[in-house]
Amino acid sequence: MTESTITETVQTIIAELKDKQGALLPILHGVQDALGYIPSDSVPAIAAALNLSRAEVHGVISFYHYFRDTPPGKHTVHLCRAESCQSMGINALEAHVKAKLGIDYHETTADGQFSLEPVYCLGNCACSPAMQIGEEIYGRVSADAFDDIINDLGA
Amino acid sequence: MSITVYVSGDSSAISIGANRTAAAVVKEAMQRGIDINLVRNGSRGMYWLEPLVEVVVNNERVAYGAVNPTEVASLFDADFLNGNAHALFLGATEDIPYFKKQQRLTFARVGITDPISLEDYIAHDGYRGLKNAIGMSQADVVKHVTDSGLRGRGGAAFPTGIKWNTVLNTPSEQKYIICNADEGDSGTFSDRMIMEGDPFVLIEGMTIAGLAVGASQGFIYLRVEYPHAHKALNAAIAKAYEAGYLGDNIQGSSKKFDLEVRLGAGAYVCGEETSLMESLEGKRGLVRFKPPLPAISGLFGQPTVVNNVISLASVPVILDKGGEYYRDFGMGRSRGTLPLQLAGNLKHTGLVEIAFGMTLRELLYDFGGGSATGRPIKAVQVGGPLGAFIPESQFDTPLDYEAFAANWTVLGHGGVVAFDDTMNMAEMARYAMEFCAIESCGKCTPCRIGSTRGIEVMDDIINNVDREKNIILLRSLCDTLLNGSLCALGGMTPYPVLSALNHFPEDFGVDA
Repeated sequence: MTESTITETVQTIIAELKDKQGALLPILHGVQDALGYIPSDSVPAIAAALNLSRAEVHGVISFYHYFRDTPPGKHTVHLCRAESCQSMGINALEAHVKAKLGIDYHETTADGQFSLEPVYCLGNCACSPAMQIGEEIYGRVSADAFDDIINDLGA
Repeated sequence: MSITVYVSGDSSAISIGANRTAAAVVKEAMQRGIDINLVRNGSRGMYWLEPLVEVVVNNERVAYGAVNPTEVASLFDADFLNGNAHALFLGATEDIPYFKKQQRLTFARVGITDPISLEDYIAHDGYRGLKNAIGMSQADVVKHVTDSGLRGRGGAAFPTGIKWNTVLNTPSEQKYIICNADEGDSGTFSDRMIMEGDPFVLIEGMTIAGLAVGASQGFIYLRVEYPHAHKALNAAIAKAYEAGYLGDNIQGSSKKFDLEVRLGAGAYVCGEETSLMESLEGKRGLVRFKPPLPAISGLFGQPTVVNNVISLASVPVILDKGGEYYRDFGMGRSRGTLPLQLAGNLKHTGLVEIAFGMTLRELLYDFGGGSATGRPIKAVQVGGPLGAFIPESQFDTPLDYEAFAANWTVLGHGGVVAFDDTMNMAEMARYAMEFCAIESCGKCTPCRIGSTRGIEVMDDIINNVDREKNIILLRSLCDTLLNGSLCALGGMTPYPVLSALNHFPEDFGVDA
């Protein structure tokens, strides 16, 4: 995506959502849905539209774990670290996932295919351990199942 | 006539293959020239049997499970569409003991109806509560909720009727209803199951709340980790608008209620009601000081009802059958039913809605079937990451808010996570501090700094550095967090930490 289309996309989203009550989170979601992240270049436009300072917008982006200001890999693996998944072996799976992808949390593989993020509960606690890739939720994930899923996605 | 086949569209069922099973059923039926009508229902909440395939035989639903896609052809070979025998045959779904023993009030329709069919919802007693509410005075609606004894199912167990009454009696041009759907506690998924499996019941509950207190705008603050629930809610809300169950003139009553879903962004603390409101206002999710109570000065400074999904989803049955009907379930001051969620290391994980009063042991063994790994259950954590770890010696505690409080434990949102004897509780205590550090909003010092100091102290204890001294330090730190924090995140992190230390001192390398 070129810089001008990014600007255009952000402007369209702002125009569409800025009159909602408490519009900042809907706008940030809109931008991240469209671009995969919230470019720091988009902050001044968002701030101006909502009559906020850039610092306030930046503060909101940085407060929430879900928002990111760098482009993610093609697929983001959200691995659940919470208690239920711990009780069913997420710690071993986590070690396997990190070794398989060769990255730690908040990192992206060199080929840009995968990013890895921790998540604290996917509400899939009846089928722990769990992870999410895109909108797909996976339950009872074993090391082998993880490898199959990743291979299918084109690792 | 086509035969109706049900395969759950619940995201947990999908996570273990329900979409593939559903696709296999459709494909196989097509190849055999059989006309079927596939319904993607909510989950019955028996996840060890998912993907569950149900078919209607003689007006009764019979079940097969767990059905992998590779077994679908053999189901057709066995003529499962007529309910015939098969290795995976489970009999009538509602006669499965796990299901039969429950008392489903809030979850009455979940797993039965097509979640986003308004016709189906109405055919299964939906919108009867709203109809009654429209014919009552606002005070009478609130009175039914008060009489039902319903207490906030999010965890704090504050009486819902009292909250509503405060908002009703606080004059304002604009009031709000907020549904707290930021179900962040590990081991909990009942909100998700309602939103995916019966979204109309939540919409109806919020509409009744709006009429009762005079609020014309509702927001569902939904965690971003629930994309399936997001879709289901938006689809159901659109249908409710089309059919006049939301909007300017609800069912010809000239009353107005608008409803919108807003997404969170992965902050656990936004499940705290004041932090949630900050987030809805477009700010960092910093916890507010209380007072003022949200019921008096909440969202955008206006009187606001903030209720959990299950609280609001329990309102329609209360208004349908009356407050007394609901109150007749339960024990002591815990009235009605609680949807419990069995999670983690249990054989039979899933949802159990039952009246208050059953013991934890019955829940873990009669329903849960013991641990999935077959090892002894060492501890259970009830009520999410801020809930205490409960040792075997306390398993006979009845599921009741007061009985739990008497043990310095919490029932919270009803999530139950079981751990077998391979878990080290000192590691879990360290994790509790780590979780608090990651999720702290940063406003108050005990939580912001104390959690990080807590990780360091736990590391020293685990690594046997000045262990005796550090245990004393840990207790002192927990005391500060407990008494000095602004909200439950810092204020309750000591629950898992100290319960782990008190009940499992050997894991911390100290004598009991």
